[in-house]
Amino acid sequence: MSNVPSNLQYTGDHEWVLVDGKNILLGITDHAQDQLGDIVYLGDFPQPGESVEQGDVVGVIESVKATSDIFSPITGKIVAVNEDLLEEPAELNGDPYADNWILKIKITVKSELEELLSASAYEQLIED
Amino acid sequence: MASLDDCKKTPFFDIHVAEGGRMVPFAGWAMPVQYAGIMAEHKTVREAVGLFDVSHMGEFLVEGTGAEAFLQRMVTNDVGVLADGQAQYALACTPEGGIVDDLLIYRRAEGRYLICVNAGRLAEDWAWFSGYHDEARDGCTLVNASDDYAQLAIQGRHAQAVVQELTDIDCSGVEYYRFVEGEVAGVRAILARTGYTGEDGFEVFFAAEHAADVWSRVRAAGIPFSLEPIGLGARDTLRLEMKYCLYGNDISTETSPLEARLGWVTKLAKDADFIGKSALLSQKEAGVNRALIGFALPPRAIARHGARVFVEGVQVGVVTSGTISPSLGTGIGLCYLPRTHSKAGSTFEVEVRGKKIQAEVVKTPFYRRPY
Repeated sequence: MSNVPSNLQYTGDHEWVLVDGKNILLGITDHAQDQLGDIVYLGDFPQPGESVEQGDVVGVIESVKATSDIFSPITGKIVAVNEDLLEEPAELNGDPYADNWILKIKITVKSELEELLSASAYEQLIED
Repeated sequence: MASLDDCKKTPFFDIHVAEGGRMVPFAGWAMPVQYAGIMAEHKTVREAVGLFDVSHMGEFLVEGTGAEAFLQRMVTNDVGVLADGQAQYALACTPEGGIVDDLLIYRRAEGRYLICVNAGRLAEDWAWFSGYHDEARDGCTLVNASDDYAQLAIQGRHAQAVVQELTDIDCSGVEYYRFVEGEVAGVRAILARTGYTGEDGFEVFFAAEHAADVWSRVRAAGIPFSLEPIGLGARDTLRLEMKYCLYGNDISTETSPLEARLGWVTKLAKDADFIGKSALLSQKEAGVNRALIGFALPPRAIARHGARVFVEGVQVGVVTSGTISPSLGTGIGLCYLPRTHSKAGSTFEVEVRGKKIQAEVVKTPFYRRPY
């Protein structure tokens, strides 16, 4: 069974979101890391300060098996990339939550947050 | 993609599930893509020993006084050089010289052969072989025995030690591409020193009904050697590090053995007029324009199957196989390049996520075992 922490919100692209004041932290879910398998590389991120639209590709995850895009769930501005994680991308296979966020993005359109899924809705999604 | 429920199951299906295998559809079969993870499994095979279910592969039996002559017509390699107990890699080709399948031929005795074919080509191969076969004319029978056989591969530096625990056959006496028929893990088996990983190892054929028992005996014998089950994911990274072709990716009816650099199993000088021979002779005379090469990418770039390949700005094809090499830690792959650019050290470009990345033709295999 995948770990789906109840304090987070989720997207249909198997990402998690933690709203932290004016910013969000964005990562991938346990289900996503499990499906991807051994993660070997994270990259192709926008520069901090760059604006992104909701649905934009804001990075890529390479596993041994496949390449997978990271999508921005909101319109906003890139604040930071988790540099520590880039050094050790396989950390995501251990625990994809908490300190292993991938991007910090500044919220510009607050209403978009309402489109995120609750933990129970996401659990339902991955069970189907 | 076909759903798992529609797929055929090997006799090890329940065991894979119990072992924690993630089952996926592959060539119409429900197969484990991984257990512990591709990286860990790859390492297990490179550093210890791994156990693969390869029962999805097909087996044809060709038997009779005309069996050798029939096979000489059907495949590119020279079946006539085989001794009893010897195996051979060969190709079946179309009249135009495209590859129908790559396969292994085992000579069990004079006039008795077993052919092992790819799961994904079984239906086409059977139609192909039976379409050219006439029992009365050819003096041999042709039987599709694929459902009767289970097949396991035991691969890695400790493979011989594990298998030796399970048989009275002197395993050290079974040389590369040789096989012995005898008892393994308590059942009648064909024990062949062959594989698809680049490691030392064995492939074992036996009656499907014994599958569960044989698996558990191999698992038990493997404990002191850290043997683990290995899925299709690591099977692919292992074979790719060796530049072993995968049918449907690297070779197909649209590629010729000469382009695929499989001339070493294409015996144009043999007497038999095998299917595709005249086309391949003309090709050889005219010279082929492209060659299947191995390439390496800079750190952090990984090109996958289908990525576009450019030489001097012009698209010349696609990556036929591509991955990160677990042994090297960098992106590797195979593609066809014009012969003018196919020498080791030549550079060209591969499109990775919309960007053209410089790739270098390298000598293959990408990996050589250190023992």
